[in-house]
Amino acid sequence: MIAIEIEIALVLALPVGAAAVLALAGHRRHAPEVNIAASLCTLAAAAALTLHVMRAGPMLAFGRQFLVDPLNVFLVALTAFVAFTTAVFSRPYMRIEEEHGRLSAAKLRLYHSMFQLFVFAMLLALVTNNVGILWVAMEAATLTTVLLVSLYRTPEGLEAAWKYFILCGVGIAQALFGTILLYFAAERVLGAGGDALLWTALEGVRGQLEPTVLALAFVFLLVGYGTKAGLVPLHNWLPDAHAEGPAPVSAVLSGLLLNVALYAVVRCKVLVDGALPAAFAHRLMMGFGLVSVVVAALLLARQRDIKRLFAYSSIEHMGIVTFAFGIGGPIANFAALLHMTVHSLTKSALFFTAGHAAQKAGTQMIDGIRGLVTINPLVGWGLVLGTLAILGVPPFGVFASEFLILTTAMHEQPWATPFLLAALGIAFAAMFSRVQPMVFGDTTASRLPLRPAMLPVFAHLALVLMLGLWIPPALAEWYRQAARLIG
Amino acid sequence: MAPTPIGFQLINLLAAILLLLAFAMLAQRRVVSLIDLFAWQGAVLAASTAVVAYTTAQPHLYASTILTVLLKVLALPWLLYRMVKRLDVHWEFETLINIPATMLIGIVLVVFSFSLTLPVSELASTVTHATLGIALASVMLSFLMMITRRKAIPQVIGFLAMENGLFFAATSATYGMPMVVELGIALDVLVAVLILGVFFFQIREQFDSLDLRHLERLKEGD
Repeated sequence: MIAIEIEIALVLALPVGAAAVLALAGHRRHAPEVNIAASLCTLAAAAALTLHVMRAGPMLAFGRQFLVDPLNVFLVALTAFVAFTTAVFSRPYMRIEEEHGRLSAAKLRLYHSMFQLFVFAMLLALVTNNVGILWVAMEAATLTTVLLVSLYRTPEGLEAAWKYFILCGVGIAQALFGTILLYFAAERVLGAGGDALLWTALEGVRGQLEPTVLALAFVFLLVGYGTKAGLVPLHNWLPDAHAEGPAPVSAVLSGLLLNVALYAVVRCKVLVDGALPAAFAHRLMMGFGLVSVVVAALLLARQRDIKRLFAYSSIEHMGIVTFAFGIGGPIANFAALLHMTVHSLTKSALFFTAGHAAQKAGTQMIDGIRGLVTINPLVGWGLVLGTLAILGVPPFGVFASEFLILTTAMHEQPWATPFLLAALGIAFAAMFSRVQPMVFGDTTASRLPLRPAMLPVFAHLALVLMLGLWIPPALAEWYRQAARLIG
Repeated sequence: MAPTPIGFQLINLLAAILLLLAFAMLAQRRVVSLIDLFAWQGAVLAASTAVVAYTTAQPHLYASTILTVLLKVLALPWLLYRMVKRLDVHWEFETLINIPATMLIGIVLVVFSFSLTLPVSELASTVTHATLGIALASVMLSFLMMITRRKAIPQVIGFLAMENGLFFAATSATYGMPMVVELGIALDVLVAVLILGVFFFQIREQFDSLDLRHLERLKEGD
């Protein structure tokens, strides 16, 4: 039991310590390396924690305030991994931005320290057992990234950050009201005090919680955390925030924060399922998910900015995952968890590549980016392969998860399948027709002052490819356990 | 744990004042007066928390009373005053919808909030009967204020007033959230205001004004 507490403490303390060091020391020559080293240590601690939970099963720590079980430890490992590769990517990326005169030392200091705090907020949201602290950590994750979205201080960047702050702030306030209602219901069973917000305690008595209160609470929680996950019609902030910040920030917002927000929804769903007929939460989630998939696919066709294109694709994929959790059952949940993993890896790789492509062309506009392969084949091929992967072309992992979700939908919710298929088809046509001319043909790109960091991109894509061909048995078992937890 | 009749009456009275203040904020055009109203709302909130603490003998609610006074009556209004002074934005401002129409929408929202919380209120012990509806109504009214205002600072005050409504829901409906959660929420609110302060200066530097009409470049289609 001691080891688990040390591991959790390390996972949380390392990013905070790194943030303090990076903020206090200012932007020195080796700040990017410190950022990478700290992220690597966090990843090592997260890996140790993960192995421990795989061996010993779910565990509580620090007087039941923290919980690690297959569901969250899998996201802890994913978050720490993508945070590490993003740190690796951001070293050359941010240096190029500095040489292009878009960033100063003060801004880089803000970037490095806020990046670490953001990672901390997400990890705290994942490992806490307290539904109230989950809310606090989600709000903290927004706050740490607001100033990163406006890092370039362009008019568009400021607008995006303002929208992000206000819309997510309002959204998440709904989630707080939902949490209060949840506490209100729990207090009648568990009594006042700290226990009544502990997820494990709530889960233990979920059958006794007042159904009317829980139904209302879940609507508020879904709307609140759904805003953060970018579900339509609450998605308005997402494309702006993802497009205007620097590429590493877009990558972690899209690849990690959306997952954490969905995780919060799923945790709440488990509680509601016990108190209400299962169809209630499931129908709501399927509805939100399907609308998000369809609307995002239609909007994809209208995008002219490369990062906005990928941002709308994130909305689409969050919709797919929400829909799959809405179907429920072991197979759909398994597919949803797999989809969260592969989307997170692929989408962050795409934002890395899009960042470099925009640096080469000197613009984020799709019309201005042409013929990437001729100047730098790696960036060009990274973009093509990443796009094919996210569009669900076999043998990439996205295909595997989407295929599972579609076949389950055909069995259990046949009415939804045509919508899903049509949306996936539209998304394919829209994205591929935009990416293809960016990569091939006459070029407008120029050479970069430094070598682009394509290693993280290909590492992510290789993992996605592997997950499409072969899921390691240990990982599959772990997904199965998590899927059972969700129910 | 049921509060005494006088405490019960007091909490209802304070809840009514809270709702009135929310309407007053909706109608207020001057930024400085808006901050005053916000501080008053914080004071009413602290008073109601203290009453709940006394009548239900929940000692940890005294701590949250002190926290409310420090944060919402002193710190946040002071920070906002300082911002208004340094940014020099005392002027009156226009709203998107005229004030009487806004008030009418506000009344509809109050009715909606009460009907939404009706099934929950019926379950509640006496103290929370009407207060949950009032709390949700003041959240909705703050929400409305954020929608109808074009300038940055009133929007932020709306955001903070919404937090007040939520906090009132937490104390009156559930006798306060666990202390650690309350501290976390308070920290988030404080950090949010500090970040917004930085942010206002960035907006001003860029546009020479805090009018959010400048922030309408990004569109869904492109």
